[in-house]
Amino acid sequence: MKGFPAAAHETLQDAQLRRNIGKATSTIRAKREHAVAEVPDWEALRDAGAAIKARAMATLPEQLERLEASVTRAGGVVHWARDAAEANAIVAGIAHGHGARQLIKVKSLATDEIGMNDALAEEGIEAIETDLAELIIQLAHEHSSHILVPAIHKNRAEIRTLFERTIATGEHLGWEAKDIAEAARRHLREKFLTVPMATSGANFGIAETGTICVVESEGNGRMCTTLPEVLVTVMGIEKVLPEWRDLEVFLQLLPRSSTAERMNPYTSLWTGVRDGDGPREFHLILLDNGRTDVLADEVGRQALHCIRCSACLNECPVYTRVGGQAYESVYPGPIGAILTPQLRGLGEAPTLPWASSLCGACYEVCPVKIDIPSVLIHLRARVVKEEKSHASPEHLAMAAIGKMFASPKRYERAQRLAKLGRGPLAHLGGSVPILSGWTAMRDLPDIPDQTFRDWWRAR
Amino acid sequence: MRVALFVTCFNDTLFPGTGRAVVELLERLGVEVEFPEAQTCCGQLHTNSGYADDGDALVERFERVFADYEAVVSPSASCVAHLRGHGVERVFELTEFLVDVLGVEDVGATYPHRVAYHSTCHSLRLLKIGDRPLRLLRAVQGIELVELEGARECCGFGGVFAVKNADTSMAMLSDKLRHVLDTGAEVCTSADNSCLMSIGGALRRQRAGVRTVHIAEILAARE
Repeated sequence: MKGFPAAAHETLQDAQLRRNIGKATSTIRAKREHAVAEVPDWEALRDAGAAIKARAMATLPEQLERLEASVTRAGGVVHWARDAAEANAIVAGIAHGHGARQLIKVKSLATDEIGMNDALAEEGIEAIETDLAELIIQLAHEHSSHILVPAIHKNRAEIRTLFERTIATGEHLGWEAKDIAEAARRHLREKFLTVPMATSGANFGIAETGTICVVESEGNGRMCTTLPEVLVTVMGIEKVLPEWRDLEVFLQLLPRSSTAERMNPYTSLWTGVRDGDGPREFHLILLDNGRTDVLADEVGRQALHCIRCSACLNECPVYTRVGGQAYESVYPGPIGAILTPQLRGLGEAPTLPWASSLCGACYEVCPVKIDIPSVLIHLRARVVKEEKSHASPEHLAMAAIGKMFASPKRYERAQRLAKLGRGPLAHLGGSVPILSGWTAMRDLPDIPDQTFRDWWRAR
Repeated sequence: MRVALFVTCFNDTLFPGTGRAVVELLERLGVEVEFPEAQTCCGQLHTNSGYADDGDALVERFERVFADYEAVVSPSASCVAHLRGHGVERVFELTEFLVDVLGVEDVGATYPHRVAYHSTCHSLRLLKIGDRPLRLLRAVQGIELVELEGARECCGFGGVFAVKNADTSMAMLSDKLRHVLDTGAEVCTSADNSCLMSIGGALRRQRAGVRTVHIAEILAARE
């Protein structure tokens, strides 16, 4: 990990990336605003979403056991995975058991989080992405830069060139989106019809019924969940919903917030296995991978309410400048800034809680009302307490400033020093070396001869 | 009516003109202004930097210093939002106080300039002061208000953010500057000098011929 400032320093130099992301996110922002405005009870829906998630998290052990029982009753097999290695080993074991050398994938963040494709490759199993954008990323050997639109940093011309180099070698694809997409369709169709095993993530898992739900736009997910003999779903444990009726709320919140659609084109729901219809074998892997640690943090746990809509990314003035790569995680943007450090441990991503100007745009659009700015501030405090040396220059400076503000006398002395460009208050005006980033683009204000309080006393 | 002015450490030290404008304006509107000299900082700097205990101590200190006042007025949306977020009541951002408490929109100001209003994130999303500043500005004699594109988007200041993530902050500020310059305004105003220090510092660096002025100074201006 480079850390956010260094990673952002790099991505900000890429003018093409800035243009691609800026254009795509401003389009989706406008559409989302429109889609949300159509719903008269949107705020009530947000409250309901937040309440259902809070309930699910408060009763998580019970809900997961209910889910396990329901799935088992419906003929599925439930596995529990503490971490990425355990989850990957379970998937590989199932593949080996069926002699599968290839599997097709529904777009899934959970499988990206655990690095499933690489882990399976080491076992001689090829995982093939079938979501168009995930396929683009896989062919380009890159990392996703957006939760919903992984190839958002690439434009049409770049994708055309990539396809001509990989899945459509020797061809000249047209310039229209449909011509370029056609190359992917031909490539994927053959995989859908021949590969015997598939993996998916889960948008929701219903404890009451044992039903797994995946929403998508392209229909590739429907292919993967119906055509192969064996289906394996890797689901983060926080994706459980207590009751079937809870879906009503989320199937309204999610599409409008993510793709700005009233309804997503494909909503796949399956419950165990069924004779003569769909996969013969269904496995559900319940993945922890740090989630119970997140649950233990009273403030931070609301990050687990996330339904991966990506509205916060599209709205974020930071994300829309730096792109997803700067967050060095499967989860970029504001939600990533609170999720990644909690899932991996604060020491693994200590700069991410500062990757925000605390403008609050993310909180405003979050369909389940995750108060991201408050969690960021909370995590900053945890990083300072748990990860940083108490003898660091920053600690000492903040302690000195705190002491100065505790006493009007010391504060006024600092004001007098500031006029000479010295002392802790001069820092506010920026005349210290750590502020070189400030002065790279901005002049500093002149420190006035007379403070306000001097004027007040003299009037 | 008697109020206490919380000028903020930032304005006290760096932008005393804003504090003077608040006093002039409120007194002109018949408000008796007091300035408790024991005041220092609201604690936001510490809290947002990860020093929550120090931040909390400063909020408590604030409550002690202002305990005797029924209303506290401050020309910083950001500091007021921080205090309110920590349970402090009776603290009003200047434009809130004018519109909601005094019930005035025309404060009798004259300001014959072309002005763009930047709605700062904390005034917009934490305090939700909405169009109060614009209603006050529209009533100013001679002013020519122009609309800023991307008005709801952060200018890139974000306190400690501008220092810790200077590159990203600059990228955000570049876009904000472009929008300000596109309006052809002579003056960019807002309810927070912190954001204006960032925008204004960059305008000065570019010798852009556009200046930043706190809304209190516009509302206090007379012929």
